[in-house]
Amino acid sequence: MQNIADALAAAWQLVLSNDPTLVAIVSLSLGVSLTAVLLASVLGLPLGAALAVLRFPGRNPIIVIVNALMGLPPVVAGLLVYLLLSRSGPLGNLGLLFTPTAMVIAQVVLVTPIVAAIARQVVEDLWRQYGELYIFDGVGRIRTVCSLLWLGRLSLMTAVLAGVGRAVAEVGAILIVGGNIAGITRTMTTAIALETSRGDLALALGLGIILLSLILALNGAAHFLGVAARRAAV
Amino acid sequence: MTVALRALFAGCWLVLAAGLSAAAQQPFITVASTTSTEESGLFGYLLPAFTKASGIQVRVVAVGTGQALKIGEHGDCDVLFVHDRPAELAFVARGFGIDRHDVMYNDFILVGPRSDPAHAEGMKDIVEALRQIAAARAPFVARGDDSGTSKAELRFWTEAGISPKAAEGGWYRDTGSGMGPTLNTAAAMDAYTLSDRGTWLNFKNRQNLTILVEGDRRLFNQYGVMLVNPEKHPHVKQDLGRRFIEWLISPAGQQTIADYRIDGQPLFFPDAKG
Repeated sequence: MQNIADALAAAWQLVLSNDPTLVAIVSLSLGVSLTAVLLASVLGLPLGAALAVLRFPGRNPIIVIVNALMGLPPVVAGLLVYLLLSRSGPLGNLGLLFTPTAMVIAQVVLVTPIVAAIARQVVEDLWRQYGELYIFDGVGRIRTVCSLLWLGRLSLMTAVLAGVGRAVAEVGAILIVGGNIAGITRTMTTAIALETSRGDLALALGLGIILLSLILALNGAAHFLGVAARRAAV
Repeated sequence: MTVALRALFAGCWLVLAAGLSAAAQQPFITVASTTSTEESGLFGYLLPAFTKASGIQVRVVAVGTGQALKIGEHGDCDVLFVHDRPAELAFVARGFGIDRHDVMYNDFILVGPRSDPAHAEGMKDIVEALRQIAAARAPFVARGDDSGTSKAELRFWTEAGISPKAAEGGWYRDTGSGMGPTLNTAAAMDAYTLSDRGTWLNFKNRQNLTILVEGDRRLFNQYGVMLVNPEKHPHVKQDLGRRFIEWLISPAGQQTIADYRIDGQPLFFPDAKG
């Protein structure tokens, strides 16, 4: 109990102190994760919708693979990206290892399957409902995909939020490809891992509470935007 | 909606662009080092002094010595700052590292619960103390992560003529983690473990743990620094890396290491040979 009280106090003090290091860590966390989710959405939403609407050979195996990749362990994703970006790896010349860009790449690998899998589910339901109308009107496949994505935009918010949750909370991948370098690649989660290592459990949990509050605020904002949008639509 | 999305998009780019441009302005080197130098707080004290003197930023990736050497072998860092002399010399011999220098030492200590079921407290012989722990079948938590500390611990077991792997899952617990997490586990289990003194002094979650054995000459823990061989990896920043190495072994660098203290206690003792 004492530890948890200390953690709450530590979190509160951190927030009050407005410490520039903390501000940098929080901005990097959000910057990396939100950029990754943005890119993953650009890739994952059309992929999911295409899997829902189009019929082509190999479609079912791809669906199974995308669903399975939702469970890709972050450490494995991190290791794959590490081997790709390492100086001894195929993309070593870019010198991207231990930079925020490397962390974005690793998180895109993690988040894209989640966004794609949920988007496929959402769009497939819509396709079942309205598919015949599109076929009847002779709408092309690509325009159908775009139109269904737009139609399902509020439900697709869930896909994006699930992606944000995965990205912001994840530590295994960015620890490997980012290296947890102070001031360069240290995010909220890697800082929490480091403080736990140092036995400063109160500070670690304090950082954790700040992270949770941010995730809560993001989800709250998304929820109310959704409610407002639904009202505007009615 | 679209306005909010656009704002989000702009925010992301701002963060990344700011990070990238700030990084581009200042010359930097990447140093792969051990968890003990980072977790003990030494780098937080030492590196700003070097950056101030040289204008070179040092980016530290803190992992176990084994993994640090791997990062160097892949060419993913410029300088290595680690503590496993036999492995370092082998690394140099294989042509992956050059310009190796001794920098400083600290020592390992045996920590354990105050209740001390193996009666190791105050012993001056680490190998004998480990024999008593094995005889008492008292819980011992090991790093098991190919780090310098882990390798030293395994050397002591070998000297004691005991194969702890045989007791894995019994009284010998291999956590496969860094020094801090291992100390957290030992504190929670009232177990013995071998730690470097720096991490221990900076460790805040000690609970019942205390230092039981220290001062044995075999517990001496040498840190070395070297440059990743630019002939193997041409992108290695050899000029900047050499300046870091030269500063570490210079009187200024050595004095800075000696000045780092916690509660008045020095953590590392500089011993570079000119």
